[in-house]
Amino acid sequence: MANYVWPKFGTATVIGKRHDRVDGVAKATGTAKYAYDINPAGMIIARLLGSPHAHAKIKSIDLSPAKKVPGVVEAVALKKADDELLFQGEEIAVVAAESEAAAAEGVAAIKVEYEVLPHFVNDTDLAAAKAAGMTGKGGKNISLAKEPGDDDDEDEFTEKEINRLLKESAVVVEGEYGIHMITHMCLEPHGSTCEWKDGKLVAHLSTQNVSGTGPQFAGPLGITADDVTVHCDYIGGGFGSKFAADTWGVACAELSKKTGRPVKLMLDRDQELKIAGNRPSGFLKCRVGADKNGVITVWDSEQWGTAGAKPGVVSEKVVPYVYEPKNRRVISHTIKTNRGLVRAWRAPNHPQACAMSQTAIDDIAAKLGLNSLDVFKRNLVHVANGKAEVYAAQMDVAARLIGWNDKWHLHGKGPKKGSIVEGLGLAIHTWGGGGHTSKCTIRISPDGGVSSTLGSQDLGVGTRTAIAAVVAETFGLTIDDVQVNMGNSKYPASGPSGGSTTIGGVSESNRRGSLDALDKLLAVVAPKLGVTADQLEAKGGRIQVVGSPSKSLGWKEACSLLGMNAIEAQGEYVRGSKDAKTGADSKLSNSQVGGVQMAEVAVDLDTGVVKMKKFVAVQDVGTIIARKQAESQVYGSVIMGIAYALFEEQIMDQASGAFVNCEIADYKLPRLGDIGDIVVEMYEPESEYNRGVVGIGEPPVIAPGAAISNAVANAIGVRVSTLPMTPQRVLEALKGRKA
Amino acid sequence: MKDQDLAPWPQAGFDRRAFLKGSSAAAAATTLATHATQAQAQAAAPEIVGRQSRLVELKVNGKTASVRVEPRSTLLDVLRYQLQLTGAKPVSIDGSSGASTVIVDGKPIAANTTLALDCVGKSIQTVESLGGEKPDAVVSAFVHADAMQCGFCTPGFVVAVRAFLDKNPGATEEQIRSGLNGNLCRCGTYANVVMAALEVVKGGSRG
Ligand code: FES
Repeated sequence: MANYVWPKFGTATVIGKRHDRVDGVAKATGTAKYAYDINPAGMIIARLLGSPHAHAKIKSIDLSPAKKVPGVVEAVALKKADDELLFQGEEIAVVAAESEAAAAEGVAAIKVEYEVLPHFVNDTDLAAAKAAGMTGKGGKNISLAKEPGDDDDEDEFTEKEINRLLKESAVVVEGEYGIHMITHMCLEPHGSTCEWKDGKLVAHLSTQNVSGTGPQFAGPLGITADDVTVHCDYIGGGFGSKFAADTWGVACAELSKKTGRPVKLMLDRDQELKIAGNRPSGFLKCRVGADKNGVITVWDSEQWGTAGAKPGVVSEKVVPYVYEPKNRRVISHTIKTNRGLVRAWRAPNHPQACAMSQTAIDDIAAKLGLNSLDVFKRNLVHVANGKAEVYAAQMDVAARLIGWNDKWHLHGKGPKKGSIVEGLGLAIHTWGGGGHTSKCTIRISPDGGVSSTLGSQDLGVGTRTAIAAVVAETFGLTIDDVQVNMGNSKYPASGPSGGSTTIGGVSESNRRGSLDALDKLLAVVAPKLGVTADQLEAKGGRIQVVGSPSKSLGWKEACSLLGMNAIEAQGEYVRGSKDAKTGADSKLSNSQVGGVQMAEVAVDLDTGVVKMKKFVAVQDVGTIIARKQAESQVYGSVIMGIAYALFEEQIMDQASGAFVNCEIADYKLPRLGDIGDIVVEMYEPESEYNRGVVGIGEPPVIAPGAAISNAVANAIGVRVSTLPMTPQRVLEALKGRKA
Repeated sequence: MKDQDLAPWPQAGFDRRAFLKGSSAAAAATTLATHATQAQAQAAAPEIVGRQSRLVELKVNGKTASVRVEPRSTLLDVLRYQLQLTGAKPVSIDGSSGASTVIVDGKPIAANTTLALDCVGKSIQTVESLGGEKPDAVVSAFVHADAMQCGFCTPGFVVAVRAFLDKNPGATEEQIRSGLNGNLCRCGTYANVVMAALEVVKGGSRG
């Protein structure tokens, strides 16, 4: 069996290099087909009716007027009388018609009688939520250096100890920090185009879970998973919200079965924002004690927020974020609201935790009149993920790239140019990112063709490019020589793309499968070259004797020796598995990265507008497979971070319970002119390369909120307590009001 | 049912909400009210008139195509459902995402807020025309600068950059940053788009 390792540091010829995305031209010229773009002959179009109310009970549903609308083919109710609707947009019925217009008319014609019930959509005010009976069980994260005595009541002891530590601190920061709920807002809305062929379902689904969604269709439709093919060559955004078939996916398949015609059902834009995923809000009140150098001595905080209509809250386990002082008490409360349901959002819990706690750390520096960078560095003594040294080194790199030492001034003490002040801020993050379980089939054809086939997907990270790079590296070929087949649930199963697990997972399976396939090829070639297989290597498009490259065969010639028999090898990796023989961890992939980010902003004191000047992201990443695409992940994450730091939030109308800014024009996001200068720096000493592959889809999206908030605080001398830092909130903070 | 007979599938058209709100500015102004009072708005919807469809010829990417349109058919729906040109994407109700950008008589427009009938006799250029054997310099630059992730916004961005650089072939970085704000990308490819556009400027004219 092959030795599953990467080439020695510095010897790789394909992985880690800069490659054009293999499907780049298809994406850039519009020939890449997304679920929305698949139009089988005879297709009809379905639309969804969602609840207009934030909280209501259905008294009756009458579909018959919809069925009378010209062009309407079928209508199906997803709810029945007496069902409770918990948020605006909740699914009620679907209508399929000959055209989008007819489907929309059909939806509008459905008669639903509602009993409107009282709603609650306020997630900022914990007392109000308690009074309304909308709070639920949260959690505790308590740690004290000192143990309680046998007779001590634990809560009382904690209370006393925390108060004692606060009293003994050189400084205590009391603050409130928050971050509003945002939605995923995939540009391709959730949905599918479904068709039945010979009693079997083909679902062209916009999904980040090609191999896992089949059973979700099969169950409700009363067929077996074998009778479902999920197909997704391209997906227009997911960010953690597209793991499921969803009610509307199953409804689409059902409509197709009933009508005998292919059906397309994509959510409308407002529905995409209302019901297809949100990221929980988080609000935190704290008292933090520190010594005169700014090193935290005690942390005491209480947090709350909403995950929508089902209880949930940002985990107290990751607060305070990355920095975990020995003395801490973190209490969380959940608030149930009549708002859409939570879905995983890029690095669940972490961005909110970072924004709610690393801002307080910066306020320690402000209060003591210290340099924030020094305070963040000194507090590395509290880092428990084993990466303190990596963070320290990354801080130096980031500081150099942003010019920290030259530009630093104490909080609110910078020069004023007209009404403009500038500031610097930083934050750090961490993420697991270990590879997911993945299988693939590697094939070498007698004509020299090479392919990898697996049920994976490309969320945008460049999955095909990474796979092609791994296979090409192993066979001594170039990326263009490798055909990658994915996006079909009938292919060998590969994990869902979530938690930065994809590149680790598919690199594992493809390296393993390719090494095994290569062994088989070398065994066939060896007699021809008069050597044993272990004396051979694949390099530069040839199979050659190690050390004497003149004894070699070209790749095609070598493959022609296979006669009629193509080589097929199965690559397989089980998440977290150890080497069968040695019991050691895999050398191909790893987990846990750090990362340091610094922001430079300019704030207009008259208008409250925050402008990004520069943003530096230093990221460790293990073995890099496709360098350009890895960098793109960091650029994209930073821009998404700028979005939630300065622009986007779900705005609820308290009176009606409506999500009022659920269209593109109203849901503020940064545009190309809003991002400033972004510098991406991979932190990669040799030790990083030797760790194996770690995913980085999530880590760089975590710290921008805190880093930018800290930069704004440094510029204007007061904290804008809540993200996003809209001009209004900046102005309120300047006036000394809570925004 | 008569117009039904006249309009075989696929029958393109405005979505009803978009129709109610009108396009662009009107839509933005009324969105807040509309979502808060959705039920009432639906109940008060006026009859949509003029469904008679007819065959017209559109000049798309240098070729003449015969399509069946209603007065309310958008260019985007005709391109996507009748001509299978799915590069332009439906993202917003009012053109505020730029994802449906195509070039009509040399000008970038949002195909989802443009009526197909208004394009009769005009020259329509979609992103697909920038591909082929030798892709347009903007396409090559987007690929080289990796100015795409999920790629859903990318065709609209490519067309917008092409149109912008046709008008400003020597654009500076500052002009690029202030001139390409009509397109939205959720994955965060803006930094790479700036690199791509600069690459085209430095590489000379289109090729
Ligand atoms: S690349 Fe996904 S929206 Fe732009």
